[in-house]
Amino acid sequence: MTTRYTKDHEYIRIEGDTGIVGISEYAQGQLGDVVFVELPSVGKSLSKGDEAAVVESVKAASEVYAPVSGEVVEVNSDLEASPGAVNEDPSGRGWFMKIRVKDEGELGDLMTEDQYQEFLKSIG
Amino acid sequence: MAEPAHSDEPLLQTPLHDEHVRSGARMVPFAGYSMPVQYPAGILTEHNWTREHAGLFDVSHMGQAFLVAEDKSHETVARALEALIPADVLNLKPNQQRYSQLLAQDGGILDDLMVTRVGAPGHEGWLYLVVNASMKDADYAHIQAHLPQGVSLNRKDGLALMALQGPSAAAVLAGLAPETADLPFMMSAGVQVDGIRCHVSRSGYTGEDGFEISCQAEDAAKLWNRLLADPEVKPIGLGARDSLRLEAGLCLYGHDIDTTTSPIEAGLIWSIQKRRREEGGFPGAERVQREIKEGAARVRVGIRPEGRAPAREGSIITTPDGREVGVVTSGGFGPTVNGPVAMGYVSRDMSAVGTDLHLIVRGKPLPAKVAAMPFAPHRYKR
Repeated sequence: MTTRYTKDHEYIRIEGDTGIVGISEYAQGQLGDVVFVELPSVGKSLSKGDEAAVVESVKAASEVYAPVSGEVVEVNSDLEASPGAVNEDPSGRGWFMKIRVKDEGELGDLMTEDQYQEFLKSIG
Repeated sequence: MAEPAHSDEPLLQTPLHDEHVRSGARMVPFAGYSMPVQYPAGILTEHNWTREHAGLFDVSHMGQAFLVAEDKSHETVARALEALIPADVLNLKPNQQRYSQLLAQDGGILDDLMVTRVGAPGHEGWLYLVVNASMKDADYAHIQAHLPQGVSLNRKDGLALMALQGPSAAAVLAGLAPETADLPFMMSAGVQVDGIRCHVSRSGYTGEDGFEISCQAEDAAKLWNRLLADPEVKPIGLGARDSLRLEAGLCLYGHDIDTTTSPIEAGLIWSIQKRRREEGGFPGAERVQREIKEGAARVRVGIRPEGRAPAREGSIITTPDGREVGVVTSGGFGPTVNGPVAMGYVSRDMSAVGTDLHLIVRGKPLPAKVAAMPFAPHRYKR
């Protein structure tokens, strides 16, 4: 199981030809209490860097961008009733969507777990 | 996710800055100050704690000043301020506080402020003003430029200000200063809080019972920590301050009111006492009196979006058939309401409670209704 990160703090965890997308532990901490998540429609085709979802904290709305190109094959509709899962368990119950990865080559542009931890230190 | 913008401007610090940092607050730039937006508990927890217990807020960034008449006459200083604001200052009782607005010649709002007639012996002819942090330099310049001979403005940058708000606030403060227990809403007193000289008023910006406490900057950390030593009291940041005041239906300057809005449009007629409505004699009186008589073309209303999605400041308001009728000026999630809440201006014909509206959020119409404010009931000590 491979997880890759963007500089905007999204993660994508690869499982076969799909990737589970969410936001990192660091990102949920920066956002604060999540009160609403707007998810894309299943079947939507995203290009890398497209606005894929919107996450609203008490304070503000933030965009979540597609880490790679692909088609949305599933969304986490549990977040409608319990958006707080993004804070409590961002890499588990707080996932946003599954994307069928169009070009595995794009994963190479993303950071590994170690690289992401280094990146966090550099911006911290 | 998009990163928040950073500014390289050197930031001012309040006398409580070190206490915030020590508590693990997230500090953000606000009105030129480094201020705590939240503590480790987070905005939702802080909001709910204030509604259920007592929250302690550092509002030392706000401007505190005295307006003083040389002849020690309340009438002299009251007349001087009444030339700039529409509240009845003349009939303030000693220690009484009122909310008002500095008005421009066209009736637009330059800032909102609290005015108190100082009641301490030897301070006849003194008014205590509290203005917004972001506006204090402009406000002081404006006031100074319009003062008659014999009245002077003394800004008190050496004072700290904190707010203790929530249902436990009265019991907590009474434990340290028993005479505050009987202080009515919008009245103030000079008291010793655990031996620290303070000016306490029964008021706030959350809709809850509570106090605003002014003290010397050098005493601020001691007082702050003394209040926090009570298990009922937790520190609360600007994030929850905003969600609390939004649920209470209270205006935030620069958002819900500004130079383009009049006090009547903003629904602040309650802050203009009868004598001033009739007599006028303040900037913009002609517009204010006309809007009282004929109704304003647009008015500030509460809005409840129907789903779970918050509508933020700037969202366009339309009729259900798409005709633009206004704009959201504050909006977000109300933790006590447990849903999104907003306020904004709509044309008067769309302002009745229950009127169906659409809010345009990320290009899509979101069904909403005009709602009565406050969204969370006020619990002031009357």
